Amino acid sequence: MRDFVELWTYLASTPLFGLTATLVVYSLAQATAARLNYAAWANPVLLSVLTIAGTLLLTGTAYPTYFAGAQFIHFLLGPAVVALGWPLWQRREELRRYGLPLCLAALAGGTAAALSAWLLGRWLGLPHEVLMSLVPKSVTAPVAMGLSEKIGGIPALAAAFAVLTGMVGALSGKTLFQWLGIPTDGPGWRTRGFALGTAAHGIGAARALQVHPDAGAYAGLALGLQVVLTSLTLPLVVHWLS
Amino acid sequence: MYALQGLTWLLLLQTLGELLVRHLGLPVPGPVLGMGLLWLALRWPPVREPVETTARFMLAHLSLLFVPVGVGVMTHLSLLGAYGWRLAVALVLSTWIGLAVTALVLRALWRREGQADA
Repeated sequence: MRDFVELWTYLASTPLFGLTATLVVYSLAQATAARLNYAAWANPVLLSVLTIAGTLLLTGTAYPTYFAGAQFIHFLLGPAVVALGWPLWQRREELRRYGLPLCLAALAGGTAAALSAWLLGRWLGLPHEVLMSLVPKSVTAPVAMGLSEKIGGIPALAAAFAVLTGMVGALSGKTLFQWLGIPTDGPGWRTRGFALGTAAHGIGAARALQVHPDAGAYAGLALGLQVVLTSLTLPLVVHWLS
Repeated sequence: MYALQGLTWLLLLQTLGELLVRHLGLPVPGPVLGMGLLWLALRWPPVREPVETTARFMLAHLSLLFVPVGVGVMTHLSLLGAYGWRLAVALVLSTWIGLAVTALVLRALWRREGQADA
């Protein structure tokens, strides 16, 4: 037992642990999700986060120790945002043709999500910096962090809210769309995907891609559009509100 | 090799984006400007082909990249405990509102343009 504790202490103190643990757990979570026919609740991000956080808490390993290794994966969020330019460019014909409805829907949905978060949070008495970390939550985590910093929130908290929002969208999207009567035909899938990319960013988009290729493509499109639109409008809206 | 070149382009454009944002005091995050620059650079095949390989791979595994931040939620457990249900209500309802508004607006606009069957 003592040997095990020593070994654990050694392993946990090198970046190797955080990096390897993230990749191993995520691969297992993917395999589990596939096994369960990609049921919404078997979300790979959710499963990975619960497993890793649970392990860290049980073994008394501090988050910074884990992050020393996991930061190599976290770092890739930046270039991944740049890479979003590619699906946008690839679908430039569709963007040109449906540009106006898509931009309007993205703008309406993004604003509705941010504004409702702000109003609900204020009504429920959340402190200012928590509120300002909540408002950019429907945009992908690295951008949410950057934006929250600009408007007076806490970047780490904003990232956490963004990830939670993505999970809520990925888990409940299907039920909500059914309830709204969005069909599962061609335009229906595109609409569902686009809404997931708009309000639940990368995690929603990953879910959309699991369900249907058209939904995935439109989610990617929405994700990229939302990054641009929110970055441009949110600081102005917050400035104007306060 | 393509994948490596693609990653190099992405990082270069991100760096350029960060530099421009800082230098010009632009209101958008650096990677977002990098994304805009990529859009322009993709016209050029020496950028397009390697970036396509890397972007396809990265975006296929996009959800993996959220795991480290997601685990970070555990460092905010006390705050989540203090505002737990209020945060949950605001977060869940606003996400549903965002999803519903996007879907309904898009459906209405597509119907109006008569492209529902497109």
